[in-house]
Amino acid sequence: MDDLLQEFIAETRETLEALSGEIVAWEADPANRDRLDAIFRFVHTVKGSCGFLELPRLERLSHAAEDVLSAVRTGERIPDRPLVNAVLAIVDRIGEIVEAIDSGQALGDSGEDLLIAALDGSVEIASDTFVAPHPTTISRATTRSVRLSVDLLDRMMSGMSDMVLARNELARRLRDDSDPDPLVEASLERLSLTVAEMRDTVTRTRMQKIDALFSALPRMVRDTAASLGKSVSLSIEGADVELDREMIEMMRDPLSHIVRNALDHGIETPAERRAAGKRENGRLTVSARQSGNQIIIEFQDDGRGIDTAKLVRRLVENGARSERELRELTERQRLDLVFEPGLTTKDEVTSVSGRGVGMDVVRANIEQIGGRIELANSPGRGLRIAIHVPLTLSIISTIVVGVGDQRFAVPRQAIEEIVTVRAAGAVRIDRLGDAPIATVRDRRLPLLALGEVLGLADDHDDQVETLVIVGVSGGAYAIAVDSVLDNEELVIKPAPPAVMATGVYAGLTLPDSGTPMLLIDCAGLADAAGFVFSRDLAANDDEAGGKAEGVPNQPALLFLDLDGARRVVPLAAIDRVEPVAIDAIHHTGGRLRLSIDGGMIPLAAQGGLDRRHEIHIIRLRDGTHEIGYAIAEALDIVDLPLAMVAAREAGPVAGVIAIGDDQIEMLDVHWLFADQIDAAVSQRDALCLVTGREAAWMTTFLRPVVERAGYRVVTSLGPGEVAAAVLAMDDDPPSEHLPAPLVRLSRRRDGEPDAIYRYDRERLLGALAACRTEACA
Amino acid sequence: MTELFLIAEIGGRAVAIAADQVESVVDIGVVTPVPRADPRVKGLAALRSRVVTVINSCVALGLPCPGDAARRAVITPIDGHPYAMLVEGVEDVAAYEVQPLTSGVALSAGWKSVATSVIEHRGEPALVVDLRALVPGLAAAA
Repeated sequence: MDDLLQEFIAETRETLEALSGEIVAWEADPANRDRLDAIFRFVHTVKGSCGFLELPRLERLSHAAEDVLSAVRTGERIPDRPLVNAVLAIVDRIGEIVEAIDSGQALGDSGEDLLIAALDGSVEIASDTFVAPHPTTISRATTRSVRLSVDLLDRMMSGMSDMVLARNELARRLRDDSDPDPLVEASLERLSLTVAEMRDTVTRTRMQKIDALFSALPRMVRDTAASLGKSVSLSIEGADVELDREMIEMMRDPLSHIVRNALDHGIETPAERRAAGKRENGRLTVSARQSGNQIIIEFQDDGRGIDTAKLVRRLVENGARSERELRELTERQRLDLVFEPGLTTKDEVTSVSGRGVGMDVVRANIEQIGGRIELANSPGRGLRIAIHVPLTLSIISTIVVGVGDQRFAVPRQAIEEIVTVRAAGAVRIDRLGDAPIATVRDRRLPLLALGEVLGLADDHDDQVETLVIVGVSGGAYAIAVDSVLDNEELVIKPAPPAVMATGVYAGLTLPDSGTPMLLIDCAGLADAAGFVFSRDLAANDDEAGGKAEGVPNQPALLFLDLDGARRVVPLAAIDRVEPVAIDAIHHTGGRLRLSIDGGMIPLAAQGGLDRRHEIHIIRLRDGTHEIGYAIAEALDIVDLPLAMVAAREAGPVAGVIAIGDDQIEMLDVHWLFADQIDAAVSQRDALCLVTGREAAWMTTFLRPVVERAGYRVVTSLGPGEVAAAVLAMDDDPPSEHLPAPLVRLSRRRDGEPDAIYRYDRERLLGALAACRTEACA
Repeated sequence: MTELFLIAEIGGRAVAIAADQVESVVDIGVVTPVPRADPRVKGLAALRSRVVTVINSCVALGLPCPGDAARRAVITPIDGHPYAMLVEGVEDVAAYEVQPLTSGVALSAGWKSVATSVIEHRGEPALVVDLRALVPGLAAAA
């Protein structure tokens, strides 16, 4: 929190310095829209940061200023001199408070109400009262960090690279020397060590874990959700992805805007969520991952999504666009309307968001760093926002491969494995028609020779030795290379357009050797080779793997159970496997139950659930009923052998099978269903109709008893429903058309002989059970 | 009006390059080819810690290339990327008077796209070339 505060102070101070020019310019020309926007963004940012740093005074001031500036932006108010003065007074006051926070001094809040009052014109501030802050009372605290321009870091980095190259040159000269001086060699050794260390440090100055961005989110989500009266659980993935420091800075504002928007506009209130059949707790997942030559930051919420019709209506109301023009847009284009400046679908402005600063600014910020933003909207079910930022300037781990006498870097992340063809039998290369195909452990992959695609191989040489298998979206393919040389962390820089135009490179780099090297774009390379991957192809892959022999094999899921044992369950019994949060599982009504998809299913487990945050659930289905089985994780799909040694006692384990050299227990799905499904649940079809004057008493008192006997209690029959038994009191007027056998209850023990005393539980149960077997009285 | 120009030789002809386009003139070391790239791109070279894109100026102008002899290059930054334009030699930098292209002269396609004006160098006319026009894959000059 302290770090965040420091950062906020440094940032605000810096923006204020930069803004001082704008302020003067705005004062001189209040009609200037650009200046107005700059000041507006400043107070908006301050407001946003204050929200989660808990600085109520600053928040109040900035919120008030934002209100007025927003009104000016929409033309509701004219930026006359008193208004400009009042806004500037607030900006100055923000600066003073920030300095006071930094130096830990108290600053009286007298006059702040006056400042806010001045905004609506009720009080006027003379233009000279605010320009003089109190230089004597507020002294700047000494700063513990220095903010550097990225340009300086860049220069440091390139100086570093020069140093490495000079070192290499020196080492080469020394090697050529037939009789080197050992002292000089020792000095060079020391130099090399220092240079390597320096290089690491300098590299690190530019890189930062994205955690620096994500760490502020939990608090922000908690506070924002609380202020909106919503409950939202946040999960963060991939916080250790490294990103260029500059990009992290650039992502900070967009990130908080998007998260706030998701909470405010996306996720509904608990009541709305209940009505929509969702769990009350909204979910927001923020994840970062590296994909090929990009870093992707994704925000997924399960809120209401974007109502594009509403967007269109808003824009028409604003008069920003003509209705006819908007009607002609495709759904996708309509979705893009959220990036229109000054738009909000929120009906009222809150302190969280809803002023139309947001998506347009977000997109501008992201495009500034060469990124793009994508929306995937599912109305009513949520919104996914994916921000793609280029990998350039990021350091990525690569494998260096050699083709002919040239080297190329392949992103390590794309590589599934590297295999040698000579390894006995595991890898085969065939031709399918004229297309080369590599078969690696029964998996058929399209093959390309890197030298051929790049036009480097002169003689057509079929003697492939090393295959690099890379995964691209939709499939995988093999690249034949001459050699795999090294494994290097490289600083990737953007390549000029003439090089990018080839479509097969993702960037370039200058490794220690001093010779530039190109980074291969695996997806682009597949395109260049004409490979087309579709889902069908991937499915064929699986089939090809399964049909080794004539006997149809039964595939099964091998998984790690909660008690640490490895077990299998036939794939055919599985509906699906999915992760669930541990708090969706409760021990209620004598057994474990899992709340999922708005319902409840019984859950079987072997082993404890303690100390786990998330587990996986195998959902088993027999056509009518569903049960869950909790596991630690799914491991693999295996083929079941025919032989199984049966277990000695009936239980969750049917027997033991041998897979390879391992003894693996097989789940007894039949036993699980028999054990888990409530008798009551399974026989709920039988209806018990309660009638007469005491129907209310029966519903309250008798219901548990009757339900235990396997009935569902209803007070009236719906269309198509047939009752299996009817309950009535003995003094109720007898009905002519009884839909089912009647069980009459008496208030007294000595009532009519065919009536059952209403507290005689045994007899009642007996009578009800008899009704099921059609032998009812 | 006079401006500063660097006189260089490309494909055996003298050309003038506006001095404000020239960052430096260097000798290029090993060039790493870029397979599948436009033939005008000779490859990449390391210039201290930077990677420059080496442009075969003679190919870009549609002239016969003098083999691998051309090692000297004019470095020019375009849109944030440094480019090295191979030249066979450079003479000097001097101020020349800029004249419009002689009307009626039919230039070949290669030259037409790069020549902007004419200067007179030691009594002979030389074309002023825009280095930007030699680089493939750029958006049209703004």
